[in-house]
Amino acid sequence: MHNKTLVELSQQLASGALSSVELTQHFLGRIKSLDPQLNSFISTTDELALMQARLADESRAAGSAGPLTGIPIAHKDIFCIKGVKTTAGSKMLDNFISPYDATVVEKLNAAGAITLGKTNMDEFAMGSSNETSFYGAVKNPWNTNNVPGGSSGGSAACVAARLAPAATGTDTGGSIRQPASLCGITGLKPTYGSISRWGMIAFASSLDQAGPMTQTAEDAALMMNAMSGFDSKDSTSINQDAPDYTSELNNSLEGLKVGLPKEFFKEGLDSGVQQVIETAVKDIEKLGATVKEISLSTTDLAVPAYYVIAPAEASSNLSRFDGVRYGYRCDDPANLEDLYKRSRGEGFGEEVQRRILIGAYVLSAGFYDAYYIKAQKIRRLIKNDFDNAFADVDVIMGPTAPSAGFALGDKADDPVSMYLSDIYTIAVNLAGLPAMSVPAGFTAGLPVGLQMIGSHFSEPRLLNIAHQFQQATDWHKQTPDAFTK
Amino acid sequence: MAWETVIGLEIHVQLSTQSKIFSGSATTFGAEPNTQASLVDLGMPGVLPVLNKDAIKKAITFGVAIDAKINKKSVFARKNYFYPDLPKGYQISQLDLPIVDVGHLDITLEDGTVKRIGVTRAHLEEDAGKSLHEDYHGMSGIDLNRAGTPLLEIVSEPDMRSAEEAIAYVKSVHSLIQYLEISDGNMAEGSMRCDINISMRPKGQEEYGTRTETKNVNSFRFIEKAIHGEVIRQIDELEAGNKINQETRLYDSAKDETRPMRSKEEANDYRYFPDPDLLPVITTDEFIEELRGNLPELPDQKIERFQKEYELKEYDARVLAASKHLADYFETVVTTSGAKAKLAANWVTSELLGALNKAGKDIQTSPVNAEQLGGLLKRIADNTISGKIAKTVFEAMLNGEGTADQIIEAKDLKQETDSGAIEALVDEVIANNPTQVEQFLAAEKDKRKKLIGFFVGQIMKASKGKANPQQVNQLLGQKLK
Repeated sequence: MHNKTLVELSQQLASGALSSVELTQHFLGRIKSLDPQLNSFISTTDELALMQARLADESRAAGSAGPLTGIPIAHKDIFCIKGVKTTAGSKMLDNFISPYDATVVEKLNAAGAITLGKTNMDEFAMGSSNETSFYGAVKNPWNTNNVPGGSSGGSAACVAARLAPAATGTDTGGSIRQPASLCGITGLKPTYGSISRWGMIAFASSLDQAGPMTQTAEDAALMMNAMSGFDSKDSTSINQDAPDYTSELNNSLEGLKVGLPKEFFKEGLDSGVQQVIETAVKDIEKLGATVKEISLSTTDLAVPAYYVIAPAEASSNLSRFDGVRYGYRCDDPANLEDLYKRSRGEGFGEEVQRRILIGAYVLSAGFYDAYYIKAQKIRRLIKNDFDNAFADVDVIMGPTAPSAGFALGDKADDPVSMYLSDIYTIAVNLAGLPAMSVPAGFTAGLPVGLQMIGSHFSEPRLLNIAHQFQQATDWHKQTPDAFTK
Repeated sequence: MAWETVIGLEIHVQLSTQSKIFSGSATTFGAEPNTQASLVDLGMPGVLPVLNKDAIKKAITFGVAIDAKINKKSVFARKNYFYPDLPKGYQISQLDLPIVDVGHLDITLEDGTVKRIGVTRAHLEEDAGKSLHEDYHGMSGIDLNRAGTPLLEIVSEPDMRSAEEAIAYVKSVHSLIQYLEISDGNMAEGSMRCDINISMRPKGQEEYGTRTETKNVNSFRFIEKAIHGEVIRQIDELEAGNKINQETRLYDSAKDETRPMRSKEEANDYRYFPDPDLLPVITTDEFIEELRGNLPELPDQKIERFQKEYELKEYDARVLAASKHLADYFETVVTTSGAKAKLAANWVTSELLGALNKAGKDIQTSPVNAEQLGGLLKRIADNTISGKIAKTVFEAMLNGEGTADQIIEAKDLKQETDSGAIEALVDEVIANNPTQVEQFLAAEKDKRKKLIGFFVGQIMKASKGKANPQQVNQLLGQKLK
């Protein structure tokens, strides 16, 4: 039953062929037996899951059930769950039990979803390989010598290995799309402000956005219906009614205008990935779309601007982890300064410390204008660049990542090369746009994702394109044999 | 050398909103530690601030009252520094685009001169918590009840030239925020706190000297003392040929001196940047004009009205209007007593304020409320008691012995107005004092006025103060001819 999509499982629950308790036990069992090879979970919440499953079965019996009622899912360990350890992949929060639920968790609970556990991630979502986690690296189910991508690497790997039908993720510079691409699943990063950030541990507030990680676009649409919507607790939440994300799934792609930015197909792109993307775009053309080359001239500026803005915000967001009220505190601090220095020095990993230093530097007196202000100007130019492109095309397509899942340890000592893993995804966050990664083929036995970028609030259209593509192809149905047989 | 003092003030005013500026917690003073600290105030992972609109309303109300420019786009910024009572490791404040831009406030000095003090800006920010260093066996406790309380930081131009001017300015701000009902202005509870920037320059020189900033001075008296102390210290340094260090100093009220806290070099780099969790605050002209239209009567307007409506002297009007509570008290006394405003003004400014001062109380904690004092003056106005007896009754009221009428009744202080009874007393005193009668009749007309006082005194004494003085005077005039 684990190879079924969320939609299929939902139908089986509805027909009575399956109970939520059975389903939940099945996935908890799979996690127990298979996850030691992947390390995709930091913790499982067996008791909570089974209790939720029983309640879901009861409410279904009582006649009130939605499409997610009784469906087990996994939450990235960046979402606070009341009474559950919430670590953000950091030693700093290894002892932190959240006193409250994130809005995303609250909404999915209300929709009847079951929490299987918390998935592994790069520490505080800083990384593109899931190697910076305090809880150890996550392995790619397609080849356990390789990385699953990051930072939502645990969520991507567990969905790919069918240890959970769906998972939540967050995307600050590509952290949903890049691991989705590397693990061969579907990931959606919605328009900034669509999903509440309340209870989602902040990395870079102006860029962070939660989203679903699923097998199919249709599954993602159902998750979006539950996750999105205005939240008065998040001032950056968009105050308008969320659409029905399934509403356009079955529309035709006839007349769809696709733009391929030439800057996405330059050197640095793996040739195997390039082939997969070109084939996928041809398949979309066959569904009635027209394709043209466009230019996003600010593409090269996105990574440098991002690595000013994101660390700047992070350096401030992570100041609250000071060893005073909760989280890691060093032993026997000599005085206040010692408490701060050692608690933070011992509690944060290397990559997090690197970004805090970069962030503090770019905000400091004398450098603020040269870095932070300039980066904000570039951000504006990137937005304008996309706006101009969308005057001409409906959707922008290209690779999600420049390569498939690289070997563990390959880029661990080379931050710049690691940062370039997100070269095609980062601009989307800077512009606040929605984008997806959908499975589009394989290179050397590893999955490759096609990225689709839309204008603000175009998620229903993006899901429509992805769904139609998935009706015509079966890349999303491929599973890593070692885990799914 | 003759030196000129240059003073600028930063006044932090706690706004009296029901809840905190970025969370729903209550702001009541004096609650048990950490009972008014929500997830947001504790700086939990994943929490977000949501702006309290009432704080914006109160800030703009202040802005329009000082005729300031209101920035229709205003931005919150993070001020980053580590301190145990600052849970997030940053304070949400404003740097560029504060809610209130340039404005001004007129102050009146003792000698009646009016001086305009420029206000550079007033911005909103959240207060920090409190570190408690006692009772924890060498460790520190942290109380986050105050964390997130809205503050309006009012920054003046360096327009003041003496402690007197600075005090007058602080008092005006204190009075204004209470008139506007944007703060309780309770200085003892920290609702208003001042940072004082002081520099000296040779008289006639245009360029400012190097300034020091004295932090967190919390009473009118300490402001005055801190300024005097710092001015003398700076003059001593300058006259000894030394330079003034640009530094932050702390006023120690126990030792009555300021001492250095941190130098410019040690100053934090606060790494300000716009808070990405909060959108810019956009205000419309309609909203600003609505708040302007809703402004209550302000101190200057009240002073003018008191002079016109009640025919008070400017000085009295100014004393009464200095605080909204006092002005309201006065007007209630006038309406409940039916007495002349002049009488009410005298009673409030001298008897009442004198008594409160002696008891170390203020108008809000007065043991005699306005209606009660009005009840007393009513009895002066209708001749039930004399002004002198009224003072005795007032003493009893202060002691909590009851209302004026109850005390007059209980102590049998009602004024004697029966002319027959008074006449008997007058006759008796004249008969008992033949020498004084002779002296009186022999005296020149202009000296008689003084001598008649003796008879009045004797008669009042005989009546235990209850005889109506006007009747006594009248009868004496008739009989001593």
